[in-house]
Amino acid sequence: MSLNQIYTQIITENSRSKEHKHDIDNPNIVHDGVNPSCGDEITLELRVKDGRIEDASFVGDGCAISQASASMMIDLIKGRSVEEARHLADIFIGMIKGTVTDPEQLDELEDSQAFENIRHMPARVKCAVLGWHTLDEALKEKEEQKKN
Amino acid sequence: MTDEEIKAEFPIFEKRSGKPFHYLDSAATSQRPADVIEAVSQFYYEKNANPHRGVYELAEQATESYENARQVIAQFINADPTQVIYTRNATEGLNLVAYSYGLTHIQKGDHIVISILEHHSNLIPWQRVARAKGAVLDYMYTENGSGKITDEEIEKRIVPGVKLVAITQVSNVLGIVTPYEKIIARAHEVGAVVVVDAAQSAPHLSIDVQTLGADFLAFSGHKLFSPLGIGILWGRKDLLEEMPPFLSGGDMIDSVSEQDAVWAPLPEKFEAGTQNAGGAVGLAAAIHWMNKIGMDTIEEREAAVYDYAWEKLHSLPHVTVYGTGEGKHVGAIAFNIDDAHPHDVASILDADGVCVRAGHHCAQPLMGHLGIHNCCRASISVYNTKEDIDALCDSILKVRKWLGYES
Ligand SMILES: Cc1ncc(COP(=O)(O)O)c(C=O)c1O
Repeated sequence: MSLNQIYTQIITENSRSKEHKHDIDNPNIVHDGVNPSCGDEITLELRVKDGRIEDASFVGDGCAISQASASMMIDLIKGRSVEEARHLADIFIGMIKGTVTDPEQLDELEDSQAFENIRHMPARVKCAVLGWHTLDEALKEKEEQKKN
Repeated sequence: MTDEEIKAEFPIFEKRSGKPFHYLDSAATSQRPADVIEAVSQFYYEKNANPHRGVYELAEQATESYENARQVIAQFINADPTQVIYTRNATEGLNLVAYSYGLTHIQKGDHIVISILEHHSNLIPWQRVARAKGAVLDYMYTENGSGKITDEEIEKRIVPGVKLVAITQVSNVLGIVTPYEKIIARAHEVGAVVVVDAAQSAPHLSIDVQTLGADFLAFSGHKLFSPLGIGILWGRKDLLEEMPPFLSGGDMIDSVSEQDAVWAPLPEKFEAGTQNAGGAVGLAAAIHWMNKIGMDTIEEREAAVYDYAWEKLHSLPHVTVYGTGEGKHVGAIAFNIDDAHPHDVASILDADGVCVRAGHHCAQPLMGHLGIHNCCRASISVYNTKEDIDALCDSILKVRKWLGYES
């Protein structure tokens, strides 16, 4: 695995970006995600209204890969419906697991396709999916609450 | 011995030749010399049977190998073999003491003292004993996060009412040797029992349990050139004799009736179930190997590389090395690079064949004490050379560039 397939310009730039790293106003979903392999934690904040993600952000510290992945995820899901966001999470996690390989589907991830090669670096897979897993859990939890 | 001669003792360096390989993670687990691998193979090729469970010749050979290994290990720490108990690793030894001794001797309101430098294996068992018994767990901290435990701190924390003190001899993060002699003396002054975690010291420093004066001491074979899955607990005879067994089952009894059992004498009382005889043979072979090289040679070689690494890492831009340089150090050096997460550092170093550990190193309370979440750790063993350190430093200099910082 060569480093320039992982630490690409797009990933390192996003890892340093603070654009989505802050608290948002009146979030109605706040969910913590932990990477058990290093103890890194992020908190995802979402404001969902009428099934649409109006605003989203994250806070927390982590490695370049987890930070970039979370930041690029926010870029992608902001303004989307909850269903679309969950669909994208499935594609992203599938891409990392190697179960989603169809280029058309991968295109839906836009810049986040840049993480495809993390698959070849098993020790870092958890870093790349931290944000997406947290999103998936947060939205699932919201759904459960609605049902009850 | 030359660097090449030492490396030649370890087949992995030959196997991985052709691409860069700088193994700086021996504090996690060491590499194994050919002598050890061959001794283990020979046991399984020629002497394999269930030790202590057969009367036929082969079983007796297995038992003999297992018990001869105990003699070698006992000599290594200057102990009586009946007080040398096989475990899987240091963690199991420390848990054995916590469960068999701690839960039966610590009372409500007693104090247990450990240091903030402890590995989770010498920390969580004491948290659990304290919680189960209503005891209080106190910490000895280091002076301004330097890694140094001062005399005043020892005297302030280890006071009458403290019933047990658990201390590592060497920090697995900072590499600093703790003032364990003073801690043991002070603990005994106030009537406390002392548990010594020798996981990081046994590979680097000579241990003599007679002069050390501790009540229990645990270490792992795998950090000491041995196979995975074998470790040692040594304990004071009178304490081991009156302690209840930790695990119970086969091999640890003299006789069993429907409602009762009589424990076997030491050390079998603490060795329930089929034992890792291959591991025991490997540990004895590792000790023979260390004696062949010479503990003095090992210490000297390691000190030269450690000092070189310490100086060189301090001279690098954007690198913070943790802990004071004062006092004796062995094994580990902890550092961080500005703006770089340790996991990114470890991945980037790996591309140059430099193996370091990144994370909290099973010492999260220590991370808090140092004011960090995690760090990188390079650790040095007898086979490491200045070239390994040069490779480490060259690779460190690339990290910030990879992460998009200009320098
Ligand atoms: C100081 C210290 N204590 C205890 C342990 C636990 O050793 P093991 O995992 O082999 O049981 C370690 C190993 O990481 C250590 O460094």
